[in-house]
Amino acid sequence: MNKPNKVLILGSGALKIGEAGEFDYSGSQALKALKEEGIRTILINPNIATVQTSDNIADDVYFLPVTPYFVEEVIKKEQPDGILVAFGGQTALNCAVALYRAGVFEKYNVKVLGTPVQSIIDTEDRDIFKEKLEQIGVLSARSVAVTTMEDALAAAEKIGFPIIVRAAFALGGLGSGFANNMDELRTLVQKSFTTSDQILVEESLKGWKEVEYEVVRDAYDNCITVCNMENFDPIGIHTGESIVVAPSQTLSNREYHKLRSIGIKTIRHLGIVGECNIQYALDPVSEDYRVIEVNARLSRSSALASKATGYPLAFVAAKLSLGYSLAELKNSVTQTTSAFFEPALDYVVVKLPRWDLGKFAGVNRQIGSAMKSVGEVMAIGKSFEEAIQKGLRMLDTGKRGFVANRPEDELDHAAIDQLLSEPNEERIFAINSAFEAGYTLEQVHELTKIDHWFLQRLYGIFELSNQLAAGRSAGLDGLETKLLRDVKKAGFSDQQIAVKLLGEGDVKADELLVRARRKALGVLPVVKQIDTLAAEFPAKTNYLYTTYHGTENDLARETAQSVVVLGSGVYRIGSSVEFDWCGVQAVQTAAAEGYKTIIINYNPETVSTDYDVSDRLYFEELSFERVMDILDFEQPGGVILSTGGQIPNNLATRLADADAPILGTAPARIDEAENRHKFSSIMDELGIAQPRWKELTSLEAMQEFVREVGFPVLIRPSYVLSGAAMNVVSNNFELEEFLKTAADVSAEYPVVVSEFIQEAKEIELDAVADHGDIVSYAISEHVEFAGVHSGDATMYYPPQRVYVGTIRKLKIIAEKIAKRYEISGPFNIQFLEKNGEIRVIECNIRASRSYPFVSKISGNNLIKKATQVLLGKHVDRDESERVYDLPFVGVKAPQFSFTRLPGADPVLRVDMVSTGEVGCLGDTAEEALLKSMLSVGYKIPQKSVLISGGPIISKVALLAPAALLIKKGYTVYATQGTHRFFAENGIPSSLLFWPNELQEPNVLTYLKEKKIDLVINIPKNLSKGELDNDYKIRRTAVDFGVGLLTNARLAKAFIQAFCTLEMKDLKIKSWNEYKAM
Amino acid sequence: MENTKQVKLILEDGTEIEGTSFGAFTSSAGEVVFSTAMTGYPENLTDPSFAGQILVLTYPMVGNYGVPGEELYESISKIFESDKIHIAGLVVNYYSEEHSHWNAAKSLGDWLKEYNIPGIFGVDTRMLTKKLREKGAMLGKIVAETDVPLHDPNLDNLVAQVSPPDVQHYGHGQHKIVLVDCGTKTNIIRCFLERDVELIRVPWDYDFTTLAYDGLFLSNGPGDPKMCETTIQNLQKALQQDKPIFGICLGSQLMGLAAGGDTFKLKYGHRSHNQPVKLTGTQHCYITSQNHGFAVDTETLPAEWDMLFENLNDGTCEGIKHKTKPFFSTQFHPEAAGGPQDTEFLFDDFLKAVVEYKNQ
Repeated sequence: MNKPNKVLILGSGALKIGEAGEFDYSGSQALKALKEEGIRTILINPNIATVQTSDNIADDVYFLPVTPYFVEEVIKKEQPDGILVAFGGQTALNCAVALYRAGVFEKYNVKVLGTPVQSIIDTEDRDIFKEKLEQIGVLSARSVAVTTMEDALAAAEKIGFPIIVRAAFALGGLGSGFANNMDELRTLVQKSFTTSDQILVEESLKGWKEVEYEVVRDAYDNCITVCNMENFDPIGIHTGESIVVAPSQTLSNREYHKLRSIGIKTIRHLGIVGECNIQYALDPVSEDYRVIEVNARLSRSSALASKATGYPLAFVAAKLSLGYSLAELKNSVTQTTSAFFEPALDYVVVKLPRWDLGKFAGVNRQIGSAMKSVGEVMAIGKSFEEAIQKGLRMLDTGKRGFVANRPEDELDHAAIDQLLSEPNEERIFAINSAFEAGYTLEQVHELTKIDHWFLQRLYGIFELSNQLAAGRSAGLDGLETKLLRDVKKAGFSDQQIAVKLLGEGDVKADELLVRARRKALGVLPVVKQIDTLAAEFPAKTNYLYTTYHGTENDLARETAQSVVVLGSGVYRIGSSVEFDWCGVQAVQTAAAEGYKTIIINYNPETVSTDYDVSDRLYFEELSFERVMDILDFEQPGGVILSTGGQIPNNLATRLADADAPILGTAPARIDEAENRHKFSSIMDELGIAQPRWKELTSLEAMQEFVREVGFPVLIRPSYVLSGAAMNVVSNNFELEEFLKTAADVSAEYPVVVSEFIQEAKEIELDAVADHGDIVSYAISEHVEFAGVHSGDATMYYPPQRVYVGTIRKLKIIAEKIAKRYEISGPFNIQFLEKNGEIRVIECNIRASRSYPFVSKISGNNLIKKATQVLLGKHVDRDESERVYDLPFVGVKAPQFSFTRLPGADPVLRVDMVSTGEVGCLGDTAEEALLKSMLSVGYKIPQKSVLISGGPIISKVALLAPAALLIKKGYTVYATQGTHRFFAENGIPSSLLFWPNELQEPNVLTYLKEKKIDLVINIPKNLSKGELDNDYKIRRTAVDFGVGLLTNARLAKAFIQAFCTLEMKDLKIKSWNEYKAM
Repeated sequence: MENTKQVKLILEDGTEIEGTSFGAFTSSAGEVVFSTAMTGYPENLTDPSFAGQILVLTYPMVGNYGVPGEELYESISKIFESDKIHIAGLVVNYYSEEHSHWNAAKSLGDWLKEYNIPGIFGVDTRMLTKKLREKGAMLGKIVAETDVPLHDPNLDNLVAQVSPPDVQHYGHGQHKIVLVDCGTKTNIIRCFLERDVELIRVPWDYDFTTLAYDGLFLSNGPGDPKMCETTIQNLQKALQQDKPIFGICLGSQLMGLAAGGDTFKLKYGHRSHNQPVKLTGTQHCYITSQNHGFAVDTETLPAEWDMLFENLNDGTCEGIKHKTKPFFSTQFHPEAAGGPQDTEFLFDDFLKAVVEYKNQ
């Protein structure tokens, strides 16, 4: 075997809809596989929150955009002899195709390892792909690839409606959709052409079963299918938006193996080496099929298949790309059998997508052929019922399962029909509503096209819940062991049982009663192993789940001193890969300190759920019930819940009440920080200023409060009507308007109104304390003024424009807080600073989102120190002055996914909407900022920038940047107010009319004709006309792929950066080089 | 669930497991074996190789797609692997009473009832599988109302029970193949009939050496190969000649025995759709469907024989071949049904050998 010495790996960049944590997992496995071979690895990935960009994973890391320019520069500099392009999602693949076409690999003599780029192109170009399939007699949907509107319409005429339109070379179905007639088609096609030059007009297979296989092939033509998966939702809903079951449940042996054989034949013909995914449509009433697509790379599905089976697909794919044969590799779970085998499952896996559509004002909530979900969960059980109910809880959307959820407004038949046939993220619950409303299975099937088998299972859950409810009069004492066992086997939580049996009372208290009764009756879950072979061979696997379908645990409790680390759970806006990084670091630290480590997590996109990260992995719910089940069984020495974000943190009080050995800050203290009222009075007690706030229940009370603090105020409703959960309002009109359209206010649903301080700096402190003494910390500064959620903010580390005096004051405040809360472990405080005055916004007694960013930039691993403190180890107070000493700057920038959320208003507010982030390094703040902006998809404008400056305060802020643009030769377009203001200040700009002025030259026309390279649109106020106009500009910019900035401070920083630096000024410097500075 | 009668599964080591009855509410004894196949219960249950066995399925949900209606193809079943259910009993974790599939004609439970075969669900099949893995396949029984004695089917001549009473002819192709039916799966017949073959299906103890044929095929079948003394004797005569011979599963063991080698009982057998085998001396590997409790002991093979395929998991013999003559066999099932179809090309290889032989 001719192994390369140095290999470059392309990462996938920031997490975005369609490309999330799964690629951190794939890339980490690939790096592990190469490392084992003694190959030097270089990673390009600006996603600083990932595990793969941690110390000691790759030999060196470039925090740079995964774009052809930067990758070529890195190749030029590093001179690798091999490159892996299949582990960084579509981003890496598209980049590789571009580099291949430009002859870059040839030029620098870099060998593409694994699947040849030509095979990738063959799968990505629809025309070639179809032709390839035809060569071997494999069927694909009748379709025509077109590049013009005219051809698209003609093709549709030929194929007949309904039609699906797909964009080539696109992430997770971007630019795809269904059309039932010419009008719908025209609209759809126009949009699709904005994401791709080539689109596909195709016969619609809506209602067919959707089935996928993960296929592995080595260079010797040996092929296996590691896993097949069946979508609960039939064709018409993107697989990323579907509930997916592995293995398939409704396919006969003939169907299963027919598709398997076709997959193998296809993959051989395409010449793939490594791993790929093939998707089929299968006729529900015959064995007719179509191949939908082949993804010639590791994918979301392959990550899921790895976790579903225990077969390390990415690891094996990396080894195969070096030239190993499958038979030479060992099954890393059993360590004795071969990697050339197909896992046999003795359980079922259900994946469910997690959406966060509620965060977006105006978004179209229907789910369909394009992806909108931001995360996913995987549940394991021995029946579909058990797994899906676990999964519905794992989504952490407040649901208790399929049944026994909080009563909501009853849906009438029309509403149920609509939800069933035109699904949004609530459809699964509409099925239960339909059952309750007396719909037959056949009716539900007609409306949803979901296979009867799945509906039968759900109906079974519904019937069991009725049986429970029927025993209400007899209460808990009357509950028979058999029924209890049956409902537990069907995945009912103790809470669901409590609700059905005891009613909607104090559910948490009732849950404890059910738990006690259940334990008394001996109805306990058993722990089972996932061993890839259904127990055929002995396996030393540590990959575990719990089930009520069983009488025997597969193993005994861990008897050595052990620590349980609670994982981050589902990725959603506000909590994602950064907490996986924290969890993995915590586990590694605990292992290094000599503890046996046990992880509980259920997110298939994570590295923490990789079987070799911990000594035991429970792929399980992070609910009070399940965590207690596991703690009862394992009796660990301690539980860490401060490294996984808010889901585990929320369990603190209940676990403490149940005497769980929680490590670190006392849960009672955590509660005093989480509870707004308690926190406030403690701040008062400590003499620490906060923005004034009040919990109010009427408009009059709010107006009175505003008279005291003045406008603007921040409103945080507890019951949200539309997307805008939080907002800043500047006058009475806006206040009334907001309450009318967005929020419900009553004694039951109070509103928190806070003083909003304008033009205040936001500064964050991430720190570790030991028994109330801070031992280490990092301070970072937001580019934007306060008012942008810290998760959406752009951050400098170390701070660039904060006075030393301010830092000193912050530290004193932080020390007071750490003392008062007797903090042991990680915490984060957010501060406001204006005119030297400091206020505290909030304190989280747990690791924060910025932990990986500041830890990696500073080289001071805060989570490692925090974990050591949690474990009771003495950690020396950090005396180094790294905070100011760094000879370089790190900038963290948010990634938005607005393109994928049709209708959503792409504007930054106080509620978080970004889906991911990057962190880049530079010798100067400008350089780091520019690199990070390029990493999240912004481009340096070629010729023209539109400025729609918003309120006077931001117009003023944009004056100097506009002047700079003019000086650099850019054309500056401006909307009316801004145009006038610029003119008055001597800055020439070209006037464009507002969308509603319907007059040319109009902003919208210019955007659609791509005459504008960058849009700066600062939202002005909440009046309807302004909202509509601004919204139209922002949305059109996003829909037509034009860069958009909605914050004046960030716009200024960005303009400053690209006007002073050119691409060639952006240094191609590795992390090691920065560290050595 | 309409059927909530409790039944017991009792193993020879004294283990008693309670579960719920489905299929026939009756008692039955046999050898308890497990299969890790995730699909294909209609195929498995009708596979004559399972005769006398109580089958434990490790896949947790069974019955999902019901059971198809019978259809015939050239007078043999188009769907099933024989004309009846051969297992002695079925053990599963979860029985899917309601089923869903476009070609389903009945539920698995009703089908079992038709053949008076008991099923039991609600069993911790993983625990049971581990027990069988550790202690080896065991005798056992499903007990409904009346107890039955344990019974070792390996002491019976199971082949004699499942082999047809007389000779049958299929197809009109140009290659005349004799199929020695020790309990053949119908898909083997289908595989031949798709390949220009005239098939003469003869009983296990039939002296086929009296027939005119171009190639000889030895089928799969249940139980201990050493029970088939007559077949082995007939086979020994055929091995003296040069006509191509192909054996599958039991047929492979018979070939080994006839060649002068020995067979042994595996601790718990191979019953699954994911067995990896490697073509000896190459990098070529295949995923195969298997169902056997005995295997050829490669150490005992005479000098003129080689191991053809090797099991990648445990190194056991997955097929043998003669060094010079066109005789070969596989322990696995190239005809699949159920399971992966990756090695069906071996039928082509066999017929190629037949053509070569005829051309000589």
